[in-house]
Amino acid sequence: MGFFGGVTALAQGFATTFQYAFRKKPTVQYPTVKKQHAPRFHGLHELRRYADGKERCIGCELCSIACPANAITVIGAENSPGDRRSPGERFAARYEIDELRCIFCGLCEEACPTDAIVLTPRFEMADYRRGSFIYSKDRLLVPPEAGVGTAPDERPGGIPADLGSVIEQKSTVDIAAGYGATHRGEILKTERKGLAG
Amino acid sequence: MTLDQVPWWIVVLVKAAIVLFVVLTTFAYSMLFERKIMAWMQLRPGPNRVGPWGLLQPAADAAKMLFKEDLTPDSADPLIYKLAPFISLICAMGAFAVIPFSESSGGIWGVADVNAGILVIFALTSIGVYGISLAGWSSGSKFPLLGSVRSTAQMISYELAMTMSVIGVLILAGTTSLAGIVHAQFHVWYVVPQIGGFIIYIITAVAETNRAPFDLVEAETELVGGFHTEYSGLRFGLFFIAEYLNMITVSCIATLLFLGGWNAPFGLTFVPGIVWFVLKVGLFIFMYIWLRTTLPRLRYDRLMNFGWKVLLPLATLNLLVTAAIVAITG
Repeated sequence: MGFFGGVTALAQGFATTFQYAFRKKPTVQYPTVKKQHAPRFHGLHELRRYADGKERCIGCELCSIACPANAITVIGAENSPGDRRSPGERFAARYEIDELRCIFCGLCEEACPTDAIVLTPRFEMADYRRGSFIYSKDRLLVPPEAGVGTAPDERPGGIPADLGSVIEQKSTVDIAAGYGATHRGEILKTERKGLAG
Repeated sequence: MTLDQVPWWIVVLVKAAIVLFVVLTTFAYSMLFERKIMAWMQLRPGPNRVGPWGLLQPAADAAKMLFKEDLTPDSADPLIYKLAPFISLICAMGAFAVIPFSESSGGIWGVADVNAGILVIFALTSIGVYGISLAGWSSGSKFPLLGSVRSTAQMISYELAMTMSVIGVLILAGTTSLAGIVHAQFHVWYVVPQIGGFIIYIITAVAETNRAPFDLVEAETELVGGFHTEYSGLRFGLFFIAEYLNMITVSCIATLLFLGGWNAPFGLTFVPGIVWFVLKVGLFIFMYIWLRTTLPRLRYDRLMNFGWKVLLPLATLNLLVTAAIVAITG
């Protein structure tokens, strides 16, 4: 490469950077704009109920055994006839998940014989104290007024309603098209609730 | 009381305050400009969270710098360590005292119209090297020392070629007054007859201001920031300001010496001269940023080879040819 070759190479380099300055930027402005995630995204756990309001969890501890990160603690107790918490003989007196240990693999979900523990698409769990990442039943169990929770097979994908409402959808992709579709980065613009944004 | 009766020192103080304000604002926004342009060329949106389009980012950065802890290493020489950033900054700011920005019927727009303006600027920027050298030396640490050694060598090698390339313009203009040089370019800008000198000046100016691809002095990948590794908080901020002011200074000089200063191109004289000046300086600053995003850092021996074996002979040749032509054509 002689002198002119060098100059040509330089000019090519400068032209490249100049062109890139006018390209569309792929950045997603995260707190205000969110990317659609996969329909079966593994996020924060949820303990579901039956339609009659009874807890699905029967305190069998299979999730705890299946958990590769030892993040789940279950202590079961006998149902008393006067106050039946679950349809079975036992229920979970204590149910705790350390979300800092959890690797969100979903094995607990698969181990559960009653589809009680499921993973929701919620992922914004940042907090200031380690202790607040130990989620106990008061935060995991679906409140009675909120319904029964969503079964793993019925997950809609998209933004959970309590994180923000979708105000603009840039491109629509059939969620039923499955996991591959979500890699194209459809963008949902949401109205934030809560602190940030 | 009319303007003529105001004591001269009040006039100078007011002028200096205005220039200082304008120059520091320019610094703040050239920093934002650089971050934005670089981001766009790297397919990022750049700062956009503080204020609309990130326009308040400089204020946020300044506040951050102010509240950072000002550390002095145990092994540092405290007096020189604390003095060095001020040497850099004062020299960088001092150059703006003699730069004429525009001209109106009232006279030159600038703090002082010195008849040896270009020499004053070169003297000040040369002293500015001491700030960097002393900072690296007094930090009492390996990498800053290497940075300051590199800086001294690099500045000396490139300053020679830079001065040589400028002398061609001085010969053509027949004056060392910056305003005089601009007046001499009323018909033809010196970028045309002095194209060689212009190219050499541009290259050496990048090396003089320690910017990529000649930022060997502060090479963050090899020297962890070079001369300012140990500096933090406001003192680091002063170096930062000095570096950008130097960049603006060399852009101003390039505009004044080669691009006709505030002279309007193509007879577009209805646009005020100051606008042309700012546009031309902005062009150079953009070019600097463009350069930084495009080219990787040079190896040190190649930098030295390039300075001594290519630029200096070429600048000398340019000077000789210019002098010969001026001598023959009279």
